[in-house]
Amino acid sequence: MKRGLDGPAPEERPTPQGRRNKQGIRIDPEVEATHEPRRTVISALVEHEPGVLSDVSGLFSRRQFNIESLTVGPTNDDDRARITVVVEEPDPGIDQIKKQLRKLVPVISVRELEPDAMRRELALVKVEAERPDQVAAVAEMYDGNTVDSCPETATIEVTGARQKIEAAIETFSQFGIREISRTGTTALARGTDETAASHSVGSPAAAEEPPADTANHQQTYTHSTDDD
Amino acid sequence: MSERAAKVTPAESDEQDDDQIADSAVPDAATEAETDADTTAEPTPEPVTNGAEAVVRALENAGVEYAFGVQGGAIMPVYDALYDSDIYHVTMAHEQGAAHAADAYGIVSGEPGICLATSGPGATNLVTGIADADMDSDPLVALTGQVPTEFVGNDAFQETDTTGVTTPVTKDNTFSSDPDRVGSDVSEAFALAREGRPGPTLVDLPKDITKSETDREPDEPNVPDTYTVQERADPAIVDAAAERIENADRPVMLLGGGVIKGEASEACREFAIEHEIPVVTTMPGIGSFPENHELSMEMAGMHGTGYANMAITHCDTMLAIGTRFDDRLTGGIETFAPDAEVIHVDIDPAEISKNIHADYPLVGDAETVVEQLREAVDASPEAKKWRAQCQQWKSDYSMAYDAPEDEPVQPEFVVEALDEATADDTIVTTGVGQHQMWACQYWTYTEPRTWVSSHGLGTMGYGLPAAIGARLAADDDQDVVCIDGDGSFLMTLQGLSVAVRENLDITVAVLNNEYIGMVRQWQDAFFEGRHSASNYNWMPEFDKLAEAFGARGFRIDGYDEVADTIEDAIAYDGPSVIDVHIDPEANVYPMVPSGGDNGQFALAEDQL
Repeated sequence: MKRGLDGPAPEERPTPQGRRNKQGIRIDPEVEATHEPRRTVISALVEHEPGVLSDVSGLFSRRQFNIESLTVGPTNDDDRARITVVVEEPDPGIDQIKKQLRKLVPVISVRELEPDAMRRELALVKVEAERPDQVAAVAEMYDGNTVDSCPETATIEVTGARQKIEAAIETFSQFGIREISRTGTTALARGTDETAASHSVGSPAAAEEPPADTANHQQTYTHSTDDD
Repeated sequence: MSERAAKVTPAESDEQDDDQIADSAVPDAATEAETDADTTAEPTPEPVTNGAEAVVRALENAGVEYAFGVQGGAIMPVYDALYDSDIYHVTMAHEQGAAHAADAYGIVSGEPGICLATSGPGATNLVTGIADADMDSDPLVALTGQVPTEFVGNDAFQETDTTGVTTPVTKDNTFSSDPDRVGSDVSEAFALAREGRPGPTLVDLPKDITKSETDREPDEPNVPDTYTVQERADPAIVDAAAERIENADRPVMLLGGGVIKGEASEACREFAIEHEIPVVTTMPGIGSFPENHELSMEMAGMHGTGYANMAITHCDTMLAIGTRFDDRLTGGIETFAPDAEVIHVDIDPAEISKNIHADYPLVGDAETVVEQLREAVDASPEAKKWRAQCQQWKSDYSMAYDAPEDEPVQPEFVVEALDEATADDTIVTTGVGQHQMWACQYWTYTEPRTWVSSHGLGTMGYGLPAAIGARLAADDDQDVVCIDGDGSFLMTLQGLSVAVRENLDITVAVLNNEYIGMVRQWQDAFFEGRHSASNYNWMPEFDKLAEAFGARGFRIDGYDEVADTIEDAIAYDGPSVIDVHIDPEANVYPMVPSGGDNGQFALAEDQL
């Protein structure tokens, strides 16, 4: 018997003119519009309770968000901790990260920091101490402190923005690096600007930067569900 | 109930926000409660004495009537407390069935279904059902026993890191570590499962915590402060979307499962009819719009109707409500509704522009936002030509099938016969595979909460336990039919023992082709017909198996038996199983291959 259904075959059907890109955005068929990944810092204020860190890190791994570093630590409020994540994603991905983080129940508020936010990381660099004077000179050049030394090794603590740490490490490499430990980036917004507000509840969406939606008509929408 | 003396009411102590005040205020509360008890007919429950009683009290306060579960060591204290409760516990044959039954209960009733299991294997057996609920945003509360806290982390007998295992598949979960909080943890889990976008929650209950003494009544079922839901969409975007609808040439409404969960079916129906907009549904959206209505284009997607797929492919304006644009719906993103400006209504901001960019993002409750749109839309779109085109597609791509009488029974015929033999409000549950698609395509759904299936996770074996849960949530005069496949049925048919014991009036129709049929169909289309591990070669006789369980068994081999056998099975007041031997080579069409263009659906294998 015949298998299947009757009707015009695929090649006999009309086809629409338009197309979407992989991010589901309608595009001009002639112009391939893609978003390039960019690096940014997302700060989340969370309930200081067991399991939050694994909730957050699990979210990043299972949704395949690209993260460069993730740090967590207590805040001035004993019940709250701050998680700082450096991510590298195209705009729609960064938008998804913020929204998915906000959905986690122990997450109080989430914000993407401005490019001028204060960002610091710390590195401990253990180098061969054959040339102690030169090691000390390089440490001084990067405002580093020598936190441990013995006849064989010296360990220098360097803090600063990522680029400075990388430059310091490159310079220290001339002495022979034995081990490195780095913390990942922690960050705060500048001045009176709040990094992530401590109350989540209800205030109709205020001042957060608009989500990085792009294209077409309505580019932005507001949450009342979050932070701002 | 009469043996429950009035000593203290939960409400009384709940009014005290501060823990210490609440504790010290117990004597006062007790006196007030006694005076209250004189004036109210409701018997006041006894105060809780331990963590397990607080857990059960939290469920009672939330109005829970049924729970589905399996006993075991670490959950015993909770079961002991259930012994005195009015909550009716259905002992299931397997924890997976408990989760599916509770999930289906939630779909049909709209209130979270409750499932219980012990630690270790009990909890891990629940996981499939919890993941299923998570993918379909079904309200579900899972309560799992756990080894005593002093053993946690020591690889104790039947220990599993249950919150760790279930984090990716729950909306939220909690390891309960305080007897004074354990009842409130359950209350909160119940509230979270229901509020906003529904989903499964889990509370892990260490045995020492449920056994510990406490007199703390659970808090009211409220969500935590950190959880907020936006009900109304931004009016400016509503206005812009309304203007777009007014000016649409080729409008389509795409209704997803969120329409049913958000109780927006009626509002959507009225909106569509008022503005004469053709309606397409997703699979979970089945039932949100009556499929016998002229405007209904039925289900779109991989095995959606040709006309639904033509409509979404060619529309210029898509009003999508309560859908997450799953890949089985969209096919390839590049070719999904490529000319359409998308108005996306969803209660979960994270769904907006996740898969398909929303030109008009409307975050809010489905019913509320549709009402906002109704107020904002002043004129219907001028789309007469488009509607005529849609009707033309309905006839061009008719779902009519061949059923020669001298050939094996075609599955479509069986689904239609079941539909004809039952009332419009009949609830259909299914497993996953070909039979599920035929049940979508050839049953005419007209009411919300009558289609109960595993959509996102695609869990074979869902149908029978779901029928058990649906039966208990349904009205007494509603029929419940499980359309199953032989492979799906074989995975969870131990649930028949439950259906027989509880004398549940359900009819299971097994569309038996002795294949994992959908896999066999794909092997024929994409793997050169190499039937690796898809041919069962031998299946038990399901009618006899049913009789062995104590259910009624029926068998259909030819067309002449279909109508009478179905009538007998439906009429039987208890569980019945019809083993329907269908054409083993029957395939599901139309079909859009994975990642394909919806408009290029195949009507037969040679078009794939």
